[in-house]
Amino acid sequence: MKHTDERSRPAPALPTREPVRLVDRHGRRVGHSSFTAPDPARLVELHRAMLIGRRFNQQAGTLARQGRLAVYPSSTGQEAAQVGGVLALSDQDWLFPTYRDSVALVAHGVDPVRTLTLFRGDWHCGYDPHRYRCAPQCTPLATNASHAVGLTYAARRKGRDVAALAMMGDGATSEGDAHEAYNFAAVWNTPVVFLVQNNHWAISVPLRQQTAAPTLAHKAVGYGMKGYHVDGNDAAAVYAVVSHALAEARAGGGPAIVEAVTYRVDPHTNADAPQRYRDPAEVEHWKERDPLIRSERLIREECLLGDTEETERALAAFGAEADGIADTVRERLAGQDELDPRSLFTDVYAAVPPLLEQEREALADELREV
Amino acid sequence: MAAAPTPGVSMGEALNRALHDAIEHDPDVLVYGEDVGPLGGVFRVTDGLIGAFGQERVFDSPLAESGIVGTAIGMAMYGLRPVVELQFDAFAYPAFEQVVSHLAKMRNRTRGAVSLPVVLRVPYGGGIGGVEHHSDSSEAYYAHTPGLRVVTPGTPADAYSMLREAVECDDPVVFLEPKRRYWSRQEVDLPVRTEPMATPVVRRPGTDATLVTYGPMVETALEAAETAAAEGRSLEVVDLRQLAPLDDGVVTASVRRTGRAVVVHEASVFGGYGAELAARIGERCFHYLEAPVLRVGGLDIPYPPPKLEHHYLPDASRVLAAVDRLQWESAWVEDGEGGRIRP
Repeated sequence: MKHTDERSRPAPALPTREPVRLVDRHGRRVGHSSFTAPDPARLVELHRAMLIGRRFNQQAGTLARQGRLAVYPSSTGQEAAQVGGVLALSDQDWLFPTYRDSVALVAHGVDPVRTLTLFRGDWHCGYDPHRYRCAPQCTPLATNASHAVGLTYAARRKGRDVAALAMMGDGATSEGDAHEAYNFAAVWNTPVVFLVQNNHWAISVPLRQQTAAPTLAHKAVGYGMKGYHVDGNDAAAVYAVVSHALAEARAGGGPAIVEAVTYRVDPHTNADAPQRYRDPAEVEHWKERDPLIRSERLIREECLLGDTEETERALAAFGAEADGIADTVRERLAGQDELDPRSLFTDVYAAVPPLLEQEREALADELREV
Repeated sequence: MAAAPTPGVSMGEALNRALHDAIEHDPDVLVYGEDVGPLGGVFRVTDGLIGAFGQERVFDSPLAESGIVGTAIGMAMYGLRPVVELQFDAFAYPAFEQVVSHLAKMRNRTRGAVSLPVVLRVPYGGGIGGVEHHSDSSEAYYAHTPGLRVVTPGTPADAYSMLREAVECDDPVVFLEPKRRYWSRQEVDLPVRTEPMATPVVRRPGTDATLVTYGPMVETALEAAETAAAEGRSLEVVDLRQLAPLDDGVVTASVRRTGRAVVVHEASVFGGYGAELAARIGERCFHYLEAPVLRVGGLDIPYPPPKLEHHYLPDASRVLAAVDRLQWESAWVEDGEGGRIRP
């Protein structure tokens, strides 16, 4: 009897222990044997998007402190991982983000105010996923990953060249759903890049208590996938590696895990107390590796925006644009949308069933009595 | 399929034909799960489909229920209509988070922008001599989750019609197949369309009491009604078909006519789906009731091993024993003017 062990893909190489880095923390280029940094225009675009993301995080944090958002999970410090991953997507590709990936959504083109609908508490998701090619921000951990696998599978069946970026954190890699999604993607060979933002803390639990793997990228090997270990505070490196992984996946080379090593500078959410579980010196260590500092230094060092004067003008303009977006978010959130309680019943089923019709009537009666 | 050796169509054959016709009818329909390909499913419900349509439309997935449901969600987001098999009731539990947190809620989360026309086929219930984890009645878990349609056929004709309707439905449908009825036969010409699945059906009219039931217990209730009729008692049998969202109009009308009700299901009674039915009947029929609404179901224990499962499973005699407890000595008397009073 013939054995049907027909796996043809060669065993992937182990990811490097040293993360791929193309720009160091001083803004100087680092040579790499496999990856090259994107062109100057793209490097500038990455910086601009990170700047917008940083201001967006700050604004949302302020709004949360003021009680105008129910909660906000900041991704300050992780802008390079989110922006670098998202800008590598093509126009037809889909994003499957988590609750901490608001900056990724903004970089992907989702209306910044609509990304905050979830945290403001107006609704669970404030945008049309089809319009933005962006799934609702996922709050359960790792459950979005298999959706990305299914969507790219369906797109391929329909003859469309669609890849997906499925985002998750280091804690999410411990969930069973991460395993199932990795495995399905590899077996079905669907073009998904799983971008793991290793920000070192799953709320209060450090990475060493999360995994015994040498890197999270190593997990890929067991699935027959490629795993990439990249400096997640180096936008150029994240962009280069995710672009490469997406291209390979599209070409039939299989999905991949990209572990972006970064750090959550802020608390888990505005309700968290990080002083109970981590050393402030650690935070300082990572602040010195801030992704924005290094990309700004690179731009200045290499005159990517022209001479000194032109560069300062352009950087100031980016800052003003980011401030403007943040201001607009604040102003638009100040106007309270009228929420219609009767709408609670409309999108539970394709049509409102009799039972919900009765409850809608009962609620309408309550409203009339008030 | 080859001509059936015995008359009629079995529920398993009807389901198979429904899948066949659904795949043929709509290019976006695909069937996958564990062992649904060359094996044809452990109950052979997908028998021959891979041969007829190829592995682009019918295929075996890795062994992982959460992954199966999660990928089906993604497929449906991009316009496919996946029909997935979860093989056994208790095997579906690893997928529960995907079902509850995403499948049931995606339409609501996205304010109707994303609908998920996914069918989860779950062979459920006992009576086939299965060992542990192969005989659970898990309907209450699903029915308690808004956003899901939970349906279960009681006859081969309904099995065909409701599965076709489930595949065409834009809501996610948990399609519970009463596995011990896979071999029950009925004279029916397929394809057939029965009443819409959201509507309960009176399977047998009666005047003295209503048996409200569904899925595997439809046959049992009909058997009980047959026996009761021979003893001079007329029982109405209502087959719910769709458990959630529930349209209880037919149930209410029936119980108001008969004045007595027994809810019959196979699942454990405590906190079960029958509790919901009994409560609703109580709320809506209180002044018509001659007796408390009784529940007949499985025992409140983990599903027993196969050699003891007949003690767990409700049968016609357990149903009839409950009917006998319906306070047939009426507390009401005619008032002589067409109404009723308590003496």
